[in-house]
Amino acid sequence: MQPIIEMKSVVKSFGHFIALQGVDLSIKEGEIVVIIGPSGSGKSTLIRCINQLEEHNSGDIVVDGIEIGQGRKRAVQVEVGMVFQSFNLFPHMTVLRNVALGPARVRGLSWADADERARKLLVRVGLEDHITKYPAQLSGGQQQRVGIARALAMEPKVLLFDEPTSALDPEMVGEVLYVMQQLAKTGVTMIVVTHEMGFARKVADRVVFMDGGRIVEEGRPAELFSAPQDPRLRSFLQAVLSH
Amino acid sequence: MSIFDTFLNWKVFVQTLPLLLSGLTTTLTLGITAIILGFIGGLVLALVRLYGVSPLRQISIAYIDVFRSIPILVLLVVIYYALPFVGIRLSPFGAAASALSIVSAAYSAEIFRAGIEAVPKGQFEAAHAVGLSSWRLMGDVVLPQALKIVIPPITSNSINVMKDTALASVVAMPDLLKQATQAQALAANPTPLISAALIYIAILLPLVRLVSVFEKRLARRGR
Repeated sequence: MQPIIEMKSVVKSFGHFIALQGVDLSIKEGEIVVIIGPSGSGKSTLIRCINQLEEHNSGDIVVDGIEIGQGRKRAVQVEVGMVFQSFNLFPHMTVLRNVALGPARVRGLSWADADERARKLLVRVGLEDHITKYPAQLSGGQQQRVGIARALAMEPKVLLFDEPTSALDPEMVGEVLYVMQQLAKTGVTMIVVTHEMGFARKVADRVVFMDGGRIVEEGRPAELFSAPQDPRLRSFLQAVLSH
Repeated sequence: MSIFDTFLNWKVFVQTLPLLLSGLTTTLTLGITAIILGFIGGLVLALVRLYGVSPLRQISIAYIDVFRSIPILVLLVVIYYALPFVGIRLSPFGAAASALSIVSAAYSAEIFRAGIEAVPKGQFEAAHAVGLSSWRLMGDVVLPQALKIVIPPITSNSINVMKDTALASVVAMPDLLKQATQAQALAANPTPLISAALIYIAILLPLVRLVSVFEKRLARRGR
């Protein structure tokens, strides 16, 4: 079966800083991949290249058969959903409108159908009582669940999560991870950048460890966490698991 | 002869009021026309400056810089007295509306640019991630937020445009100031001028207050 995401020798630099130094990564449809690594290791840049919020300098990225580059940006962005660390909800729209916007404007649904789809998704993430509120009236955890519903509303083939719980108060992390866990059972392809090792262990099909703009080690979570090979991974795990 | 008879003469006021009101109508028409045209022009200029292709972008930057440098009075005189030599003959209203809109567009463009740049980068990214087209991104996500940010400075600019309409009396446009000077000559009494000054203040002072209220409200919201 052809992979849904295929990255070959992807390089991305910001001025003199090389964030990705030739990354190869292949992801199967329906796979849940968790990317871990120290800050500045290129994890976020990697997934931001997949939906072209960052344009890579060289190498190939193919998403669902679409070769990225040369004006194919939007075609990919339509098929790939993203959940941001800082939510990035649209503050001037109600929760319902935040979620319905994509289906109405991009998928061409009528507003009535888009609202209906949005309402169902908001029920699914447990926010049916908040659909007429504005983002600023919600807690962080609630906002992030809206962010997940907004990404889902486009019925994407791939969902990217860029540290979705890092900006949350500790007591709200659980509700977001729970929604993500439920999502993982639906068969959607998920790529999650996170520091939540518990989530990685429980939900991931594969864990990818990055350091210095490279993929250093990858494998099934059970193996990777219990028997890390690379010394950098070993010291990283020691640091994050010791507290 | 008291000071009231000289500057606030009721009989003269009543006599010249119709003239002043017709001047006021002209002033308001001119001001509102220039404000609307300046608003639209400024928005287009700002978008071209930020996102246009290279030659258009340079043209937009040049336009904004040039027309923020030229005094409106000079531009007005050039349009009204110099352009006829190349066959472009505008009415006093046309000349004044052009000069005011051209300059207002340049100032509005810079205000809009600042407003758009004040919208957080995450909003652009989220709009991209949802798959919105560039037009939808602007129309649905960025501009509604940017316009809210620019309400105080745009109102402030509109006040300036309204005040600058008085320059149109130079090209013999029968605006409020021109009619007031005319009335003063007819009545041989300065009451119409004082009345005109008070009318300007009565119209613009509430707007000036409004800007302060807007600014306070925005500051309270922290953005």
